Amino acid sequence: MQGTIDTSNAAIQAEHGAGTHGGHHGDHPDHRIFGIIMFLVAESMIFLGLFAAYLTFRSVTPDWPPEGTPEMELLLPGVNTIILISSSFVMNRGNAAIKKNDVKGLRFWFGLTALMGAVFLVGQLYEYFHTGFGLADNIFTSTFYVLTGFHGLHVTFGLLLILAVLWKSLKAGHYSSESHFGPEAAELYWHFVDVVWIVLFTILYLF
Amino acid sequence: MAQVTEPETDNLGETLAVEAGGHTPWREYFSFSTDHKVIGIQYLVCTFIFYLIGGALATAVRTELATPDSDFVSRELYNGLFTIHATVMIFLWIVPAGTGAFGNYLIPLMIGARDMAFPRLNAIAFWLIPPGGILLLSSFFVGAAGAGWTSYPPLSTTGEKAGEFIWILSVLILGTSSILGGINFLTTILKMRMPGMGLNDMPLFCWAMLAASALILISTPVLAGALILLAFDLIAGTAFFNPMGGGDPVVYQHMFWFYSHPAVYIMILPIFGMISDILPVHARKPIFGYQAIAYSSMAISFLGLIVWAHHMFTSGTPGWLRMFFMVATMIIAVPTGIKVFSWLATVWGGKIRLNSAMLFGLGFVSMFVIGGLSGIMIASVPFDIHVHDTYFIVAHLHYVLFGGSVFGLYAGIYHWFPKMTGRMMNEFLGKLHFVLTFIGFNLCFLPMHYLGLQGMPRRVAEYDPKFATVNLICTVGSYILAVSTFPLIINAVWSWIGGAKASGNPWDALTMEWQTASPPPVENFIGEPVRLTGPYDYGMGDRNSGIPMPESQANTPMLSGGPTVS
Ligand code: HEM
Ligand SMILES: [Cu+2]
Repeated sequence: MQGTIDTSNAAIQAEHGAGTHGGHHGDHPDHRIFGIIMFLVAESMIFLGLFAAYLTFRSVTPDWPPEGTPEMELLLPGVNTIILISSSFVMNRGNAAIKKNDVKGLRFWFGLTALMGAVFLVGQLYEYFHTGFGLADNIFTSTFYVLTGFHGLHVTFGLLLILAVLWKSLKAGHYSSESHFGPEAAELYWHFVDVVWIVLFTILYLF
Repeated sequence: MAQVTEPETDNLGETLAVEAGGHTPWREYFSFSTDHKVIGIQYLVCTFIFYLIGGALATAVRTELATPDSDFVSRELYNGLFTIHATVMIFLWIVPAGTGAFGNYLIPLMIGARDMAFPRLNAIAFWLIPPGGILLLSSFFVGAAGAGWTSYPPLSTTGEKAGEFIWILSVLILGTSSILGGINFLTTILKMRMPGMGLNDMPLFCWAMLAASALILISTPVLAGALILLAFDLIAGTAFFNPMGGGDPVVYQHMFWFYSHPAVYIMILPIFGMISDILPVHARKPIFGYQAIAYSSMAISFLGLIVWAHHMFTSGTPGWLRMFFMVATMIIAVPTGIKVFSWLATVWGGKIRLNSAMLFGLGFVSMFVIGGLSGIMIASVPFDIHVHDTYFIVAHLHYVLFGGSVFGLYAGIYHWFPKMTGRMMNEFLGKLHFVLTFIGFNLCFLPMHYLGLQGMPRRVAEYDPKFATVNLICTVGSYILAVSTFPLIINAVWSWIGGAKASGNPWDALTMEWQTASPPPVENFIGEPVRLTGPYDYGMGDRNSGIPMPESQANTPMLSGGPTVS
């Protein structure tokens, strides 16, 4: 173990800037982003577990979806998917804006993202009323509602995060090129919800 | 081990000046505090209370089993008793006490940080525990869940629905608390170490918590997924786990054990870490094989993730897959064995102080080895099929969970009590506690190996009269165990109020938490914390010159103030 000190020392110094009191930054933005990423790892594991369950049910069921399940419409969820994916890029503009101290830009792009997220949710609800099957009809319909519903819950939560950022951005100087942890965290979360949807859409509708 | 980092004497003076500790007003312990030390003690006391409740339930279970056909409780109540007993012990005592209590209290102190990375998140994680626990116990009022702590369908979806639903909700709440804690530990350990402290300079407890937190993060969410699906089956008429509706009960088992096998490592890894820190202090020797112990924690954590189906050898798992899980399971014995041999080599030839902390530490090693050996036995498929769902399993799991985790937590309590409260514990009561626990534990659980081999099934309220005598012995052992907690409670309460004052470093230990006052002041260290030696450099020499010095002096680090209790 001898000799580990010097290298790690250098690494830590580089990380915190020489001479600062590294290790004592209670709310160092770096740490907070790391925490968010850890949180998203945990979230991914819930979805991974549910996806694995879905794929297992599917592989042990002779015909999938089971006989008598109404045909799935692809148009609406397809459009919805495009909206959700684009919203990630829109949101990214918002963070680029705040990095240039452009609060108006942040508000515009985040507002647009929120709108697109809301359209996605309304679309999903509309779909629910027009699938022609119920939650407990068979194993396919159950997994369909639980997976999309659980994802929808995440979209809703992401929407609330975006609204919170918009609310806080009303206060002058709350976000700036120096301090934009909130928007950054919201964006990470939103991208995550987006990626999960792409996997979900693929295994549920396409594959 | 690491050498002297910053031998500046003015800093040293500052560290010495911290003798005045920070006494926390008692009200603070009932409030939403964000101080990791307060939260750690909140966790410890709260989970200990649940442990007593879980113990009371266990005593009721054993009372029913004292004779082959007693009518102490009804059959439904019996099912509720052992289900809630196990759930309380796992989700409200071992998991949150090992990670939440000791992790919170020790990690920032050990790495020279002022607090955890996310103090408020930390408080939220703790405050989910009491409501989660009370909710779980409240299920007795509606007919408690009775499908065992594993809650397998179809048993769990056909029994007491209200009780089962409450069980699911409370486990979800406790799981959330655990995940929030895990995020906090990972961030704190990886991002908040004091300047100059590399991963390889951390105390081994921090390594163990790193491995345990990674497991929490990866496995607990999958349990949440399983419970969500189970809840739908229970109340919404779906059939995820019901073959009649096209579902598959084995999917639940896979998801459940993907969490619950790693969970045993979530429970035991923090204990491994604590033992690795306690043994060298009281044997006055450097830890043997620091890196071997550190990396074996990571290896255990990884292997722990890929062996879950050894709980399902009898669930129709295909033969080739059973072989894979059997071999993978046995491979875990390697990193675990590395740890055990490192501990033995550490105490070997040491100047051992046989105080209460050390007694429980050595008790841990010996009892855990018995549990580990029966673990290897049941890892082999043919033997497991033979003893599946018999008392052999109950014996095995209690040797690891009680002989392992509880002995380790006890050792931790005796070792860190002076740091937490600024008071020494009474050694006589501590030793009495150890003797009663050791006798009661072995009397209660050793005969269960025999019962299992003879074929007594687990989770039954009535049994063949030929098992009567042995069961009576087990029940007597459980009563001794129940009694054994009294010396500990009396000792803790009495010492906290009126015990002898503890110095900053009563054990002459070298890890960072002993370099500040007992109890530590609000932000842990006054001024910048300074590392004087590596965490285990006992007898390694003068920390200022780096020149080796005689054993006798080396064992007395400069900072020691108070008496050495031996
Ligand atoms: C006073 C000490 C204890 C006694 C007398 C005791 C007794 C029992 C008994 C008799 C059972 C068997 C129920 C059955 O399968 O029929 C049981 C199950 C169990 N106990 Fe304990 N126990 C004690 C402490 C603990 C501790 C400290 C833990 C964990 C940390 C624990 C965890 C479990 C678990 C996981 C089960 C399995 C329950 C099941 O099969 O679903 N026990 N205990
Ligand atoms: Cu296991």
